[in-house]
Amino acid sequence: MTTLTNRPTSRWERFRDSYLLYSFKRDLIAQVSLLVFIVLVAAAVLAPWLAPMDPYDLTQIDILASELPPFWVDGSDPTYLMGTDAQGRDLLSTILYGARVSLIIGFGAVAMQAALGVCFGLLAGYLGGRVDAFLMRLADIQLSFSTLMVAIVVGALFKAIFGGGTFSDYAVPLLVLIIGLAEWPQYARTVRASVLAEKGKEYVDAARVMGLPSRRIMFRHILPNTLSPIFVISTVQVANAIISEAALSFLGLGMPETQPSLGSLIKSGFDYLQSGSWWITLIPGLVLVILVLVINLLGDWLRDVLNPRLYKG
Amino acid sequence: MNSTATSPAPDATQPLLALRGLEKRFSLSGDFLEQLQFKGGKLVRHQEHVHAINGVDLDIQRGEALCVVGESGCGKSTVARTVMGLITPSAGEVHYAGQRIDDLSTRQLLPYRRRMQMIFQNPYASLNPRMTIQQTLEEPIRLHHPDWTAQRIKDKVGDVMQSVGIDPDWGARYGHEFSGGQRQRIAIARALAVDPEFIVADEPISALDVSIQAQVLNLLMEAQQRHNLTYLFITHDLAVVEHFGTRVAVMYLGRVCEVAPTATLFARPRHPYTQALMSAIPRLEDDRPQHIRLEGEVPTPVHLPSGCVFHGRCPHAERRCREEVPTLIATDDGGQVACHAVEEGRIG
Repeated sequence: MTTLTNRPTSRWERFRDSYLLYSFKRDLIAQVSLLVFIVLVAAAVLAPWLAPMDPYDLTQIDILASELPPFWVDGSDPTYLMGTDAQGRDLLSTILYGARVSLIIGFGAVAMQAALGVCFGLLAGYLGGRVDAFLMRLADIQLSFSTLMVAIVVGALFKAIFGGGTFSDYAVPLLVLIIGLAEWPQYARTVRASVLAEKGKEYVDAARVMGLPSRRIMFRHILPNTLSPIFVISTVQVANAIISEAALSFLGLGMPETQPSLGSLIKSGFDYLQSGSWWITLIPGLVLVILVLVINLLGDWLRDVLNPRLYKG
Repeated sequence: MNSTATSPAPDATQPLLALRGLEKRFSLSGDFLEQLQFKGGKLVRHQEHVHAINGVDLDIQRGEALCVVGESGCGKSTVARTVMGLITPSAGEVHYAGQRIDDLSTRQLLPYRRRMQMIFQNPYASLNPRMTIQQTLEEPIRLHHPDWTAQRIKDKVGDVMQSVGIDPDWGARYGHEFSGGQRQRIAIARALAVDPEFIVADEPISALDVSIQAQVLNLLMEAQQRHNLTYLFITHDLAVVEHFGTRVAVMYLGRVCEVAPTATLFARPRHPYTQALMSAIPRLEDDRPQHIRLEGEVPTPVHLPSGCVFHGRCPHAERRCREEVPTLIATDDGGQVACHAVEEGRIG
């Protein structure tokens, strides 16, 4: 609101005094997790400047330098710190670019899930009756297909109709769409449950008595009071979406080899695992595990702080 | 419709609010599939309802404070919420200033929302925890006066806050930073912000400390005098009724059994249930040691008794009481009572 005067505490001051910050200062795991997460995200975002070479640029790739081991193994080349993959791409650079793709898909898919799930959950919870029954049955049906199955069918159809080349061009938005569509019921159910609890409170009745339109009551009054569980499941869902993308890529239905995500890197190295080039799979795998682990640990901490009684999603 | 909504005919004899045969049933049986049952080898649809209110007739005159009393579960709050349109009645009509309002759409109701407001029971739940007091109070003004400037809205908010005894400088604070009494003042300010003429107060002081109750009650009476308000005041505290009410309506099991001016009702209750209720008020000098002890329990509102709902516990019940539903009839001292025994002159 613009007309506020005499604000007793600024937003920063309120945050400084909040329980959120207090418990964060007391939780070593959360601090380390956040640090690692920020480092990983920063490295991924700044990949074009940090990475020694551009894995998307074919002119920088030397096929003769393929399958070089990382620096601590005999026969390594000091130019390639983490070694190279089967096509001669610098593994460190590829991992940085790959983490960027994984994070974009993870956050994009969660933004999509949240947008859909929050709207449907609010409508179902607030309007109730037939709208509720319809949307929740839709959610049940959606949940009875696994994410992977939906993704496989949609991805395969898209590839068959538009061809592999088009698929490569639109792989990122398509994966965001698929993972986003497949997982919205998680949000819808959580939001609906919170809305049902909030709807019975008198401030909602007061807003109705005032004559406010339903849309404003839903988004301005109820939604801000259901944010805690939304934050908590968001962390879990980001980790889930990254895993889903990795799994899809591993199955060959995700990111193409030319612009690899962590998942497709793991897959591309898998063929060389038996021949001794373990690093192509293992190092991106380790990065993926650490990324998902810190997100989950942060989510755990956030759940404990915001809503101790919430079911572990 | 618009002309009647914005400029009501100032008819002194017309009640401001009139309830006609108001009924509300709540289903207990869930959705259609849950209602299906096997009985005697046949699939039948079985529905059960709670009869929260069944056939309430009430008139509220301009400028009065009508108190509705009754024990828990007698439908007091349901009446309040139905009047405000929070619940749609199963049957019956609500008339406001001569205009039927229970079948209007949300948009059509908007002009009435400005004229009738509500104060809730629990001040800890009636303020949105994520909004500052300033935002909470600005919202109804902004909605009902979209043409007002920001400064005018701000001035108005300052005025109403001052009028309920809250420092306007506290507007940037959140509801949880206030005590229960202060919150209820803010809730009253929110109701007064749009300058209503009619306020429904659903047990507005029962969640407060006894020491705060009197303050809030005085605030409500002060507001009534200053703005010439009409109240529908739901309570179960008879001391408050005696202090506050112009007239009293006594409810039992979803029906009004007696309506009378406050002094008359306290001096000479007519309905057997009202008599029992009055005799249960604890007094310091108890010159009436003979409390009327009612037998049994309040029947469940799922299976209503036939005839008069009170007949099972009434010491004066006869065959007619078990068969025929009594209607409100005028008494000689300005009240109305729904009782066959009073009508027949069997009891005074």
